[in-house]
Amino acid sequence: MKITTLLASVAAAGLIGTAALAEGHEKVKVGMISTLSGGGAGLGIDVRDGFLLAIEQSGRQDIEVIVEDDQRKPDVAVRIADRMIQSEDVDVLTGLIFSNLAMAVVPSAVAQGKFYLSPNAGPSALAGRGCHPNYFNVSWQNDVIHEAAGAQANTLGYQNTFMLAPNYPAGIDAMNGFKRTFSGTPSNEILTKLGQTDYASEIAQIRASGADSVFFFLPGGMGISFLKQYADSGVDIPLIGPAFSFDQTILPAVGDAALGVNNTAQWSPDLDNPTNVAFVQSFQEKYGRLPSMYASQGFDTANLLISALEKAPVSDTDAFRAALREADFSSTRGAFRFNTNQHPIQDVYVREVIKDGDVFTNRLIGTALTDHADAYAAECNM
Amino acid sequence: MSLLIAEQFLNGIQLGVMLFLMAAGLTLVFGVMGLINLAHGSLYMVGAFAAAFVAANTGSYLLGIVASVVAAAVAGVLIETLVIRRLYKRDHLDQVLATFALILIFSEGTRMIFGSFPLYLSIPDALGGPITLPGGIEYPLFRLTLIAMGLLVAVGLYLLITKTRVGMQIQAGEADREMISALGVDISKLYTFVFALGAALAGLSGALVGTLQSVEVGMGEPVLIMAFVVIVIGGIGSIQGALVGAVLVGVVQTLGAFLLPIWSKMLFGSPDAGAVLSSMLIYILMAGVLLIRPQGLMGQAA
Amino acid sequence: MISERYLNIAIWVGVLGFALYANFSGETYWVTLATRATIFAIAGIGLNFALGYGGLISFGHAAFFGIGGYAVGILASHAQSFTPIYDGFVTIDGTQSMVIAWGAAVVAGALTALLIGALSLRTSGAYFIMITLAFGQMFYYFAISWPAYGGEDGISIYVRNSFPGLNTLVPFQFFCLVFTVLTIVILLVRTMNKSPFGLALNAVRQMPQRVETVGIAPFKLRLIAFVISGMITALAGAMFADLNRYVSPAMFSWHVSGEIMVFVILGGVARLMGPVIGAATFVAFEEVLGRQSEHWLIYLGLALLIIVLFAKGGIVGSLARRGTARHG
Repeated sequence: MKITTLLASVAAAGLIGTAALAEGHEKVKVGMISTLSGGGAGLGIDVRDGFLLAIEQSGRQDIEVIVEDDQRKPDVAVRIADRMIQSEDVDVLTGLIFSNLAMAVVPSAVAQGKFYLSPNAGPSALAGRGCHPNYFNVSWQNDVIHEAAGAQANTLGYQNTFMLAPNYPAGIDAMNGFKRTFSGTPSNEILTKLGQTDYASEIAQIRASGADSVFFFLPGGMGISFLKQYADSGVDIPLIGPAFSFDQTILPAVGDAALGVNNTAQWSPDLDNPTNVAFVQSFQEKYGRLPSMYASQGFDTANLLISALEKAPVSDTDAFRAALREADFSSTRGAFRFNTNQHPIQDVYVREVIKDGDVFTNRLIGTALTDHADAYAAECNM
Repeated sequence: MSLLIAEQFLNGIQLGVMLFLMAAGLTLVFGVMGLINLAHGSLYMVGAFAAAFVAANTGSYLLGIVASVVAAAVAGVLIETLVIRRLYKRDHLDQVLATFALILIFSEGTRMIFGSFPLYLSIPDALGGPITLPGGIEYPLFRLTLIAMGLLVAVGLYLLITKTRVGMQIQAGEADREMISALGVDISKLYTFVFALGAALAGLSGALVGTLQSVEVGMGEPVLIMAFVVIVIGGIGSIQGALVGAVLVGVVQTLGAFLLPIWSKMLFGSPDAGAVLSSMLIYILMAGVLLIRPQGLMGQAA
Repeated sequence: MISERYLNIAIWVGVLGFALYANFSGETYWVTLATRATIFAIAGIGLNFALGYGGLISFGHAAFFGIGGYAVGILASHAQSFTPIYDGFVTIDGTQSMVIAWGAAVVAGALTALLIGALSLRTSGAYFIMITLAFGQMFYYFAISWPAYGGEDGISIYVRNSFPGLNTLVPFQFFCLVFTVLTIVILLVRTMNKSPFGLALNAVRQMPQRVETVGIAPFKLRLIAFVISGMITALAGAMFADLNRYVSPAMFSWHVSGEIMVFVILGGVARLMGPVIGAATFVAFEEVLGRQSEHWLIYLGLALLIIVLFAKGGIVGSLARRGTARHG
């Protein structure tokens, strides 16, 4: 049985004739656990679509991707991971969007010898002391995008920034990330309730604070609410923040309120490299919408996987791991390599929200951090 | 600082009147029909989605608001005649479960129709921007409009209940459910009307709050739970109680979230304890009210 | 129609048989599913004690489920990092022993239930439902905003806790442990129902005024029932933490309260084995439908609606002759 499958996939690979190595491809099973329903589903759908686009473009028939919805519930994610590992025998796991779900799934998955490629979440616990040889982060460590915002605040000459983030670990990471690079003094640091959607109180405090700028990290619906209310409040202190509140998944819901805001990300739709130009075009053709940063991360994750499979079969764990570490693929975000903790070293850009015809999107306006590594790599003993 | 507190007070009132729109329907439906409706938050969501959809397609915010009221009322009539009607004689347990099932159906149904991405609904230009109030507070006009609308609805409800025939029937129904059928009132029509009225109010508040916040699946659930807290504090079945409870919860929530972290920073050097406490504040308020008056501030003793 | 007694035995054998079959045919994941169903069943039995026998419709049992989970998570996280929980007059260390951690979970559940119960039981009916719901949310927000134990990220338990003589990491061994606990809980609940306490509780549910005249204080009885109920659900939460090797505020979410209630209703209110068959059905539903469609919740909703409207008494109620009188 095993031999027949093997032969079949060799035959299939040979038939297509793309990059089939002499030793042939064994079938690779990828388990993708992502948030496809409930709050935050937009992010998961984009990661999935980007990932599948790359697999499709590679033409490889030997990669089987099983996609499952975690409903943004940690226990559901754990259950699916158990099934994928215990019953479906996947080789590689990927897809989780939220840090808390990653913390639920990743430690036990990698401890059971599976590879995990993170297309979005980068909790600090997994970048430092909790790093693992089988865990690769293809997006960013959570703090990095905020560090870029701090650097951009310096560039813009901000001195006393009003800081706002939800009271949960990623929110506290955001505050710390921003302060790590920011050279001014924050005027206030406000932690809001997770899921809060009325920011009247915080906006009143911003108005009264005398700050010269506002840094905020409010992903998803929280950011939409904040931006609309902020624009309506008449407060005209400039905003700065990570891309999470200015991404393609939510810009249409925010509308004019976000126009002109500087935000930081490792990717932008108009980033001028051949891989990205082709990616943006093919994504739009296939799905009829602009790709988001999350879609680009899904796309990069799949291409990293494919690049490693070109070099070594997944069954040869050490060789496959070494091949992943080389990160020998062309990324949509330009230069990309792995640090010692297997998190990216990459440029982080500054983007500005613009209206292109009827469509709200981002435009590249500069680079905040070049060849940037996260702050936790030194704590990782691998 | 005192100006800031005054502004926060206004914010609390604004949150309160929107909560009142939600709580009024819940408490009416409970008072008249004895029904606990968990799906009230779904009607709020229906209103917001209808407003966003119509406003986007017609370009008129006003039409969107009208649509929210109509859509939520229609959804209310629909579920009342199909499902809710069968629950009046059941115990609370069946009501909770059936309406819990309705939440699942509404949420996933909305997601199937509109997808998982939030919809766009924004403040109309005529109501945009801040105005300066006496005393020098700059306050968003739209939020003032919400306060005015909420108070208007409260007055309207008061008039409806005290001055109209339907209102008399509602009052009679709250006092004694068996009696009104003896009076020859078509009770099933009255129930459908009350349910649709509650639904319309929820839909309206969904559209108004959705304008300010974001229109997405699941938006009704946190509001529903806050509305429960409101009617427990105010006294279940009492419209006045809902108003008092809503404003109290709105003000306590807003001022607490503002002041507690500041005080905690002054006392312990870190705002954390205050932030933790403020996230639990309205529940503590509820527990406190229950200790003193188990039937709620305006409720009738059981 | 068969006698409820035989049906109960059939359900018990059915769950055990499924797990045995799954294990010996190499379907490890099915064993995990059976474990999940068993743990949910225990949570449901906990709620059923308050709801079915005591007539207390609690919509906040997620609070106990979460407390149980966090007791295990907090103890394990301290054991992992070798830092004492409390280091003052006495030193309290973390632990990776299931016996101690689960015991701590039960005690924590009892204290929480005592607190919530003492406040909520001052009311009844619709008030009680909404108040328990609100208290559940209070714990949810507390868990999210309290930074010491991971906030929304929760706590990862890197290695499942240990139990003397067992390798708990082997799914089937863990299942056997959990199933044994389920059996003990069922027997305990059965004994309690037949005890004077159980009879008095039943009487309080059905005719509170008359009971008062014979000198039984309904408040006290209800409070005891509520505390026992909370303890059982907290124990289930503790086991759930060990099953997933992870706890998070999601365990406190009001959806969890709703789901626990669904186990009870699906199976049959005030039926001894109702929550077991209810939880098993729910897990099967979740597994089969969840893989069919992204929108499986809409089908769950429809099924639930039909059951509530047309199949009163749940699965046990429609299969078995009436053993005990049903509430309502």
